[in-house]
Parts: sequence; structure tokens; C-alpha cells
Amino acid sequence: MMPGRLAPIALAFLSMVVPARAATIEITMENLVIAPADVSAKVGDTITWVNKDVFAHTATAKNGDFDVTLPPKKSATSVLKKAGTVEYYCRYHPNMKATLKIEP
Amino acid sequence: MFIRWSAAVAAAILLSNPALQGASAAEKPTDPQIAHIAYTAGVIDINAAKQAQKKAKNKDVKAFAEDMLRDHEAVNKQALALVKKLNVTPEDNDTSKALSKQASDKLAELDKLSGAAFDKAYVANEVAYHKAVNSALETQLIPSASNAELKDLLQTGLKVFRGHQQHAEHVAAELK
Repeated sequence: MMPGRLAPIALAFLSMVVPARAATIEITMENLVIAPADVSAKVGDTITWVNKDVFAHTATAKNGDFDVTLPPKKSATSVLKKAGTVEYYCRYHPNMKATLKIEP
Repeated sequence: MFIRWSAAVAAAILLSNPALQGASAAEKPTDPQIAHIAYTAGVIDINAAKQAQKKAKNKDVKAFAEDMLRDHEAVNKQALALVKKLNVTPEDNDTSKALSKQASDKLAELDKLSGAAFDKAYVANEVAYHKAVNSALETQLIPSASNAELKDLLQTGLKVFRGHQQHAEHVAAELK
């Protein structure tokens, strides 16, 4: 094996593949429920938050990674930048809770 | 056990709120009356929140008032859109009148308070008020509503208002 030669190839491979694999994942807030409540994603993926309620909601990460405000019947997107398991909730309706598992 | 307990609590709350007790003692309210009661109940909490925005000192109390304003205005906006769509004219009734009278008395009472005393009294009233409204929605207004969309809106309201009650109880506990 020649790891010294493999590494640049692997890097080149990753740089081509990672952007192509970035997905868009839709998470809905409807009738004060976040669905799906558990989502697995990867760094680089885009989350589209869709608020179907007549109420304003937020998607607020407990660790401070993101705080998205969603006016009634509006959607917003955020791109995931950091790996980790992030618990988030709606600041206006704290019973609305969910988890994002973000893989590197 | 749980059911019996909640029934007892509901009964106690209804008895402690003469206006809503009126609703339960009266005949089953009609949809135009239910719409009027629900809208009136929303306006009352919006007015209370506006008063709190002017008078409250504690930041959690201010944030709570802001939440009440945002959600109750959203529900009432939806209620207006619905009655327009259904071509229903909300009908004033004794329950709405009694609720409004109680509420204006409460506003006057709270207006005399300031600082921490106001914060505490406002939040305590919000706990009691949401309890009474939620109980009336659950036991009286939702079961009586005949239009499916009206029933849906009341159910969504109940879900949000239960959250408000929890939130108010939490703030009340923090103020102690």
C-alpha cells in the first residue's frame, strides 16, 4: 500500500463528491408539531423549514448553532455547517422539540 | 383516577369563573355564538398583553406578553377569515358580555398596580384565565361546534393555549 499517494486521490475524490451529495431535507411545522422529529443529515446539506401554521415559529438550536424565525405560512432554509447532534425547539412554543443528527 | 381528577379540576374552574359557568349552564351555544365567545376571549388576552407591555418590568413577563400578543392575534385573524369564508356573523351573547365585563374590571384592577406587584398579578391572572378558557373550550365550545373548520380552529387554539398556560405557570413559579 502507498498511503502517501492515496491521500491526494481521496481528497480529490471527496471534493468532487461532497458537493454533489449535499441534499435538501424538508422539515415541516404543522399544528405545533415538528415532523420528522428526528432527522439525520450531513454537513453541507440544506434544511428547508416549512411553517404550515398560522402561528410564527422558530427553529432554535439549544447549543446556539442556529436560530431561524419562521413567520406564519412561510419557509426558510439553512445550510448545515457543523457536525453533531443538535437539539432544537421553537422559542415561542417550547413544546415543539426535535433533533438533527449531523454527520461530518 | 386521572380522568376523575381533571373532571374535578374542570368543574372547579368553571365554578370559579362566573362568565364561563354561564356558558355551561346555558343551552348549547350555536356556531355564531361560539365564534363570538372565542374571538372575545382572544381580544381580552390581547388587551391584557398590551397593558403588560406598557407596565411589566420583568423580562420574562414582557416576553410572555409578547408571545400572547403574537399567538392570540394570529388565532383571531384566522377566526375572522373563517367567519368571512363561512359567511357567518358572530353573535353577541351573555357569555361574551360577562367575559368582557370581567376583563375590563381586571384591567382596571391591574392598572392600579406597578412593578413586581403588577408582574405577579398579571401572570397569576394569565394562569387562571387560560385555565378557564381551556376548560371551556374542551368541555363546552369544541363539543358544541358543528362546523368542522370552526371545530378545527378551536382545537388548534386549545393546543396553543395549553402551551400558554404552561408558560404562564412557569413564569409564575419563577416570580415567587
